[in-house]
Parts: sequence; C-alpha cells; structure tokens
Amino acid sequence: MKEVAYYPGCSLKDTAKGFEDSAIQVSSDLGVRLKEIDRWNCCGTVYSLTDDNLMKQLGPIRNMIRARDEGFDQLYTLCSMCDNTLKRSNYLIQNDDDKRDKINNFMDQENDYSGEIEVKHYLQLLRDELGWERVREQVSNPLEGINVAPYYGCMLTRPKEIGLADPHNPTVFDELIESLGGTPVDFPYESECCGSYNTVDNQEVVLEKTRTITGGATRSGADLIITACPLCQFNLDTRQAELLKATPNHDPVPVIYFTQLMAVAFDRPRVNKFEEHAIDPRKVLKIENKVASKR
Amino acid sequence: MNEKTEVETVEIFIMGKRYEVPKGLTIMKAMEYSGYQYVRGVGCRGGFCGACATIYRLEGDYKLHTDLACQTTVQDGMYLTQLPFTPAGREQYDLEELEVDNNPLLDLYPELARCVSCNTCSKSCPQDLEVMDFVNEAIRGNIKEVAELSFDCIQCGLCAARCPAEIPHHHVAQLARRIYGRYQAPESEHLEKRVKEIANGQFDDELEELVNLPKEELEERYENREIEE
Repeated sequence: MKEVAYYPGCSLKDTAKGFEDSAIQVSSDLGVRLKEIDRWNCCGTVYSLTDDNLMKQLGPIRNMIRARDEGFDQLYTLCSMCDNTLKRSNYLIQNDDDKRDKINNFMDQENDYSGEIEVKHYLQLLRDELGWERVREQVSNPLEGINVAPYYGCMLTRPKEIGLADPHNPTVFDELIESLGGTPVDFPYESECCGSYNTVDNQEVVLEKTRTITGGATRSGADLIITACPLCQFNLDTRQAELLKATPNHDPVPVIYFTQLMAVAFDRPRVNKFEEHAIDPRKVLKIENKVASKR
Repeated sequence: MNEKTEVETVEIFIMGKRYEVPKGLTIMKAMEYSGYQYVRGVGCRGGFCGACATIYRLEGDYKLHTDLACQTTVQDGMYLTQLPFTPAGREQYDLEELEVDNNPLLDLYPELARCVSCNTCSKSCPQDLEVMDFVNEAIRGNIKEVAELSFDCIQCGLCAARCPAEIPHHHVAQLARRIYGRYQAPESEHLEKRVKEIANGQFDDELEELVNLPKEELEERYENREIEE
C-alpha cells in the first residue's frame, strides 16, 4: 500500500470529522495509507500577509519540517484553508532568502528548512498521482442521475502561484464527479466567497452569501454541493438552516465534502457522519434507510 | 584569622547594579549573598514548586532567558531580577458543574485559538515540556493528551509571560488534568480500598504507636526503614 504524509488540521479533528473519516476510508479503498505526521500544529488558518512580522509563518513551516524529518518529500492536505496556508508559507520560504534565514534563526529548536517539502492537496493525489481511472474502478454505487454542484470557494485555486487548478475555470471537481458516475452542474458561484470568518460576528453577510450560492446551485439544477473547505461547509450548511427559518420558501441543498461523495459512490456511506449535517444529504443520495448496505 | 582564601567569583548585575559573587551559586543564593531578601518569588528551593520563575539576559546576547532561580547557577555577565509573581488570567469554574462533552478548555480559555504555534512557550519552559504541543491538543479538545503532556508542569507561568497570544498555558493544563482526573481517568480501585481501610481504623494502632515513640527510637526506625526501589 502506498503511504503518503498527511496533515489533517484542527477542523478535521473536530467539526469536520466526517471529512477525515471518509478520506481515510476512500484512500484505503484506493490503496493509499494516509500517514498522519507526528506533532503537527495548527497551520494558522489564514495566511499572514504582514511583510514585517514572520511570527505567523512559523506554525505552517514547522509542519513541513515535521514531514521532512519523518523522511517524506511530499505533504498532503484535505482542508483547503490548511492547503492554502501551508503552500503559501512554503512558497515564501522557497523564494525569499532573507525571510527564510530569519525564520530559521528564530526556530532554533528545529533543523533548518528551505522548502524541500512539496505540499499537495488530496485532489492532486487523485488527479495527478492515482488518476481518475483508478477512482472509477472503485465505484460500486455510481451516482447516476445525481446532479452535483462543484463549489471551489476561494482557497483551492488562488493565488495562481499555489492554486491546484485554473482559478477562472477549475475542473478538478467536475472530473471527480464524472468519475463517480454523477453529473457535474455548471453553476455561476463555484468560486464565490462564502463569507468566511464573518460567520463569527457578522452573520448577515454569511446569510446573504449562503442565499446567493445555494440558491444559484439549486436554480442550476443541483441536488447537492461539494466542497473541500470545513468553513465553507459550516457556513453553507448551518446558515441554510437559519435561512430556512427566516425564508420558509428557501429550497435547501445539502453541502458535503468531496470525500463523502466518494464514500457514497464506493458504497461506504456510514463513515460520513451525515447525521451531523444541518441539511441532511441522505435523501438526495438515496441512502436513507439503507442500513443493510453490503458494507 | 587574617588568611584570605581565594574564592573564584563571577560578575553579575542585579536590577542593573554590579555585584561579585562566588562561582557556583544559584541565582537565588547569589541574590541573597548580595544582600537581597526574598519575600515572594521563592518557595521550596528544590525545583518543584515553581514559585521562583526568573528572567535574565546575558551580556552581548539579545535573548531573554527564563528559568527557575533555585536551579540555575550564575554566570559571568548575567543581568538578573526576580519575578515575585507571574500574572495570568485564571477562570473560575466548578469542576462538578462543568460541561465537558464539547471542548471545555476552549470554552473557558477562548484565547487558545489565538495560538500561532511560534513555540515560544516551549522554549521558555524550565521543565522542558512541549508546551506548544499541549496547547495544540487543547485546541483540538484532547483532554487526555493535554493532561499527559503537561504532567510535569510546576505552574511557574513563564510560558504565559512570554506568549504573544496571551494564553495562560499552565492554567489551561491544570484544568485539563482536573477534568481528566474527574471524568476520564480510570478509577483507581486500590486507592478506594486503602481509603476504606483507613476509615475503618485498620492503621490506627500502628499510628498511635509511632506517635508515642521516643525520638531516638523514631530516628533509628527511620534510618532502618524499608525503601521500595
């Protein structure tokens, strides 16, 4: 079994447990073991744009050091915010010698690092290393007739230096959906911001964004939305429940992680923890009451 | 006596004032040698109580060092002072009333989420604990891991004094150990049994005998006591 270094991030150990569990399950089906690196720390969540304070670069960079010291040359992520933060810090240390030296001087408890690790998102493992054919081979419950809206959000594709797909026309989710037997839906808000941290103290912003994005998806004929971001999932899912209270004619659409969709197509629905979702995806995925699944 | 014995000395600065003190003294003893008397910032003098957290600089070195004054020997060019107390916010809680299902650490200490993983806390720890690692476990709600990684914490508070995110690491860890002990750790059957034996008076006679022994015999028994390896 192929083994890759894996960085989970905090959300996947807490609110997005279904994301991690489904990823581990589908990886194992694909013959890949996700080796969680030892002693990883929070990535910092948001890449720091301050030019004169490198304190916030230490966290992400230390994770690359941990992976390198365990003997890996690649590090895989699932959460698109972790992916973005780790990749951009790595890009900084690869391209700015002065800052690299300062960071290494400060981190005197670690071995020096100069960007040897290649940070990759799990979607890159599927698309570039394993290939869609291998994904297709594992599908035992093809998602026939299910219309899936690919929602990339901000972090997966931008900025272009680190994005894993064309920021203006990403297709990696569409390719995945097709490999699973489903139908990708072209919808205009696939890269629209969900409102992000406004969810803490400015919820109206997120409510409005949720209305736009989920409404756009359903008007385009989507049965559900997939994402790679725990914050997007939280915002679009839980805020829709509030939207429903305020606007009873809102047409709810489930929002799930792409690995959960894979687990459904691989006939492993129980790892998904769908019962924790505000908008239950089990009906549209036709797994309601399907307890006697063969696995 | 007119003879003077040559004592090797080192030059230190206490709150900016120069002193010469014998080599080999701890920071604590060097300050007392120089005439300072501790009222606060001192405790067991054995490296266990965490009361003597101290900060110092070395001449020509930009770094601010942290340690326990009772455990660190003085070096030439040390700039010293003593912290009487390390201020850090400690939340009030009733262990019996605590909601422990979610993440009580983050509920009571939301500043945990401000951690940027700079590792300054681990660098400042005189016990060489991996403080940042247990802060990360605390953010993820892993009470047991926090309890285990922080087991040797002596609550000196130097981590909290140095943290750019203003996290009171030692108070968070103490809460984690309390929750772990109260709600998660397996019950200790032998302890319960022994408490019952004591309550039933099983050791009263032996204790009574010890209390009434003459001092000499008590000392003799102490010298010849059995020591478990």
